[in-house]
Amino acid sequence: MSIAIEANNLVKKYGEVTALDGLSLQVEEGTVFGLLGPNGAGKTTAVRVLTTLLTPDSGSATVAGVDVINDPEHAREIMGLSGQNASVDENLTGIENLVMLGRLFRLPKKEAVMKANDLLERFTLTDASKRIVKTYSGGMRRRLDLAASLIANPNILFLDEPTTGLDPRSRLMMWDVIQNLVNEGTTVLLTTQYLEEADQLANKIAVIDKGKVIAQGTADELKTQVGGERIDVVVAQAQASQAAVALQSMASGKVVVEGEHVQAPVSGGGVKVVEAVRALDMAKIEIKEIQLRRPTLDDVFLSLTGHHAEEIKVEDETVATKKGRK
Amino acid sequence: MNSRSMTEQYASKHGKIYWLFHDSSVIAWRNLLRFRRNPEVLFFDVVQPIIFILLFAFVFGGAIDVGDSSYRSFLIPGIFVQTIAFAGASAAIGLNADMNSGIIDRFKSLPMNTTGVLLGQNLADLVRSVITLFIMSLTGLAIGWRISGGFANAVFAYLLLLAFGFSMAWIGSTIGLSVSSPQVASTAGFAWLFPLTFLSNAFVPTETLPTWLRFFAEWNPITSIVAATRYLFGYPIQIAPDAPFSLQHPIITTIIWLVVITAIFMPLAGKKFRKATSR
Ligand SMILES: Nc1ncnc2c1ncn2[C@@H]1O[C@H](COP(=O)(O)OP(=O)(O)O)[C@@H](O)[C@H]1O
Ligand SMILES: [Mg+2]
Repeated sequence: MSIAIEANNLVKKYGEVTALDGLSLQVEEGTVFGLLGPNGAGKTTAVRVLTTLLTPDSGSATVAGVDVINDPEHAREIMGLSGQNASVDENLTGIENLVMLGRLFRLPKKEAVMKANDLLERFTLTDASKRIVKTYSGGMRRRLDLAASLIANPNILFLDEPTTGLDPRSRLMMWDVIQNLVNEGTTVLLTTQYLEEADQLANKIAVIDKGKVIAQGTADELKTQVGGERIDVVVAQAQASQAAVALQSMASGKVVVEGEHVQAPVSGGGVKVVEAVRALDMAKIEIKEIQLRRPTLDDVFLSLTGHHAEEIKVEDETVATKKGRK
Repeated sequence: MNSRSMTEQYASKHGKIYWLFHDSSVIAWRNLLRFRRNPEVLFFDVVQPIIFILLFAFVFGGAIDVGDSSYRSFLIPGIFVQTIAFAGASAAIGLNADMNSGIIDRFKSLPMNTTGVLLGQNLADLVRSVITLFIMSLTGLAIGWRISGGFANAVFAYLLLLAFGFSMAWIGSTIGLSVSSPQVASTAGFAWLFPLTFLSNAFVPTETLPTWLRFFAEWNPITSIVAATRYLFGYPIQIAPDAPFSLQHPIITTIIWLVVITAIFMPLAGKKFRKATSR
C-alpha cells in the first residue's frame, strides 16, 4: 500500500515555544489517521504545516508524494482542509459561500452552482442553504466548512478537531459524514482530544505531546499499552496506598494513587469490579465510591508519560487565537 | 470527469491577468454581498451622506462667507470629497477583518491568486463610492446645487472623485494590513482622515487659515481635489495671482497626487498583504 501523507522530523518554533519537536508520521492511502493530543500538543501546527499554510523550521513532508514545502501550489491541489476554526464567511449564506469558493477554485459559474448544491445536499444543509452562516449552529457550520474543503474533490483530507465544541448529536452526525468520505476512498488525517473519537474513526492513532509522537498504533494496541479500562476507587486518604497494593495484583498496569483516588487499569470489564471489591474487602478497606470506565486521553498520558495531559496555559491560548496572523 | 480536470481545462484557456481579475471580481462580489447585509455600511453609504449634505447646507449654509456665490455650491464638492476619502477606512477595516478570520486560510488553500482578496476589497469599495456619490448628488440637486460646468467636465469631476477614493483605499489597505486588530484598524483607519479633511479648503477657504496652517492646507491633496471638482462642476473660483501652484492648477496637482499616492501605497499594501499571507 502506498503512503498518502508523510512527515519527517518536522520542527517548528514560536520564539521560546517548540510547537513541533521532530514530528514524524506516515499515513497509508485510504486510511484514517488520528492525531491524538491535549490542547497545545502541536496538532494544529502539524496540520498547518502539512497543508502548506505554515513553513516548518526544518524537516520535510509530502502528500501523495508531492513536497508540501517546496511545491505548495501543487500540493494544495491534492488535499482539502477543514481547520480548527470554521473558515467560512459568516456574512454570506451557505450557498453563497460554496459558490464563491467554487468560483475561486475556477469552476465555471454553472458548475460552481451545481457543485455547491450537491455538497449542501450531501451534508443535509439544503434547507439552510439560503440562510446567513451567522445563524447556523456549530454543527452546521462545521459541516459547511467540511463541504467547502471538498469543492476540489481532494483525495486527502485534513480535519483539525472536527467535533470539538459540538453537542453529542452533531458529533455523531459528523462521525457519519467522515465515515462516508472514508468509505469512498478518501485518506483522512484528523486531530482530536478524545480517545473515543480516535478509537471510533481512526485505523491508526499517534499520540502527540509537546510536538512529538509519544506512542503510535491501532486503537487496540494503544489500549493494551494503556491497559484497557479503568477502575476508579475512592477510599479514605490514609488507606489509599494500602488500597493500591491490594489492587495491584489484579491490575493490568501500574495502579496510581492521587489523594483519596486510586486508579487501576484493568482488562476484562465488569467482573473486575467484583474482584476489586473483594480484594479491598479482604484488606479491610472501606470503599466510598467505585466505578469502571473507559480510558481517556488523560489516562493514555498518565500511563505513557507519567503525567497528566497538561492544561493549557492562559497565555498559550491567547497566542493560539492569533494564529491567523503571524 | 472530476472537477479537478474540468478546472484545468477551463483555467488553461486564460492567462494570469485574466484570472487575477476573475478572482478579484469574485471577492468584490462577496464583499458587496457582505456590505448589503451590514446595516452600519448602509448607514455610512446612504444615510450619512444625506445627513452631511443637509446638515452643512442648512446649519452652516449662510453662516460662512465665501464671497458672492452661495455657500451650498461651495460646500457640496467639499462634502463629496470628504465622504469619498472615508472609503479608505472601509478598506482598512474590511481587510483587517479578513486577515484575522479563518477565511484567509481557505482562500490560501485554493488555486486562486490571493492578491484578488486585496484588489477585490478595493473594487467593492469603488462600487460603494459610486453609490455614495450618486446619492449625495441627488440630495445636492434637491437642495439647489447645480452642475454648471458642462457635461464633459462633470463626468471628469466624478471620475476624479472615484480615482481619489481608489487611491485613499490603498492607504486604508496599508493601514488595515499593518495593525493587529479590527478595533485598531477602525480607529487608525479613520483617525488620519479628520485632520486631513478639516485642514483643507473643503469647508472654508484656505485664505481664512493662519499662515502656518495655510501652507499645509494649500498643498493638502484634499484641497487640490476639492478645488478641481469645484472648478469642473462650474463653481466660480477666484484665484489670487500669488496663490501657489497647487491652487493655480488644481486638476494637474490632483492627478499628480493620485498617481503618487497610488504608486506608493498600492505596492506597499501588496507587500504587506503578501507578508501577512505568506507562510
Ligand atoms: N502563532 C503562534 N505563535 C506563538 N505560539 C504558537 C502559535 N501557534 C501555536 N503556538 C504554540 O505552539 C504550541 C502548539 O500549538 P497548537 O499546534 O495550536 O496545539 P494544538 O492544536 O494541539 O492545541 C502551543 O504551545 C501554542 O501556544
Ligand atoms: Mg489546535
